[in-house]
Amino acid sequence: MKVKVIVTLKNGVLDPQGKAIQQTLNGMSFDNVSEVRQGKYFDIEVKESDEIKAKTQVEDMCKKLLANLVIEDYKIL
Amino acid sequence: MKSSVIIFPGSNCDRDMDVALKKFGFKNQMVWHNDDEIPKSDLIVLPGGFSYGDYLRCGSIAGKSKIIKSVIDFANSGGLVLGICNGFQILTETGLLPGILQQNKYLNFICKNVFVKIKNKENKFFKDIKKEVLELHIAHNEGNYFCSNDELKSIEDNDQIAVTYCDQKGNDDEENNPNGALKNIAGVFSKNKNILGMMPHPERMIDQYLSGEDGSLFFENLIGSF
Repeated sequence: MKVKVIVTLKNGVLDPQGKAIQQTLNGMSFDNVSEVRQGKYFDIEVKESDEIKAKTQVEDMCKKLLANLVIEDYKIL
Repeated sequence: MKSSVIIFPGSNCDRDMDVALKKFGFKNQMVWHNDDEIPKSDLIVLPGGFSYGDYLRCGSIAGKSKIIKSVIDFANSGGLVLGICNGFQILTETGLLPGILQQNKYLNFICKNVFVKIKNKENKFFKDIKKEVLELHIAHNEGNYFCSNDELKSIEDNDQIAVTYCDQKGNDDEENNPNGALKNIAGVFSKNKNILGMMPHPERMIDQYLSGEDGSLFFENLIGSF
């Protein structure tokens, strides 16, 4: 089955790319954009039909590789 | 003294490091990332570069490579480990060093000489260096050191800050911070001070023709510390 993961920077962690995107959007007349936070999205195909087992495995992957918990949070969709 | 430099796909400072180590008396060997084990060494070096193309996060893939288990075992048994630039990033990704290197604050790749202040000399890496401030070279896109407040307190309490960015006189304030690094941190130690990770490249400053020789002081001290 396919498992989807989103990795984002934790609140309070500086996101210079997000900031640059926000400023560019403001410059393009999207004046009401007050903040942009950039993240990562993963589509993971796991050879496992049991959803709970698959997601447990993906959670382990998130902790060990996909996210660095010093600065990032992950969310399994 | 025997040293080993680990080569990952995308490492590009490995040969500079090899030249530097040999120049100052180390018997150096190069070790491929896919090897099972590291030959007997007194020092292991993770060199600079762009291991695995900086995919996912800088150093994250190298941090899970086959050879890393041997590096971790060596480090945990008290062996001396040095990570420069990408090597520093790899060491934080393995958890051997605290914190992480984020993208530079102003999103620019920085390539220039900087001054760094030695914050702690009670370790093999800086013990007998007479100077307090060294001129070294940096070349990185992700050198913006960050860690949580709790972690910062812990590394400060344990004197784990190795070097900070500063001016020629040693003022390590915000004005002399090239990349946004927390507290101007350019390098940190492990708790036991047997592991050092730092962004500046001492191996690029070992010859009068290479715009400076303060890197020589680093390697002379290192070989002398055994």
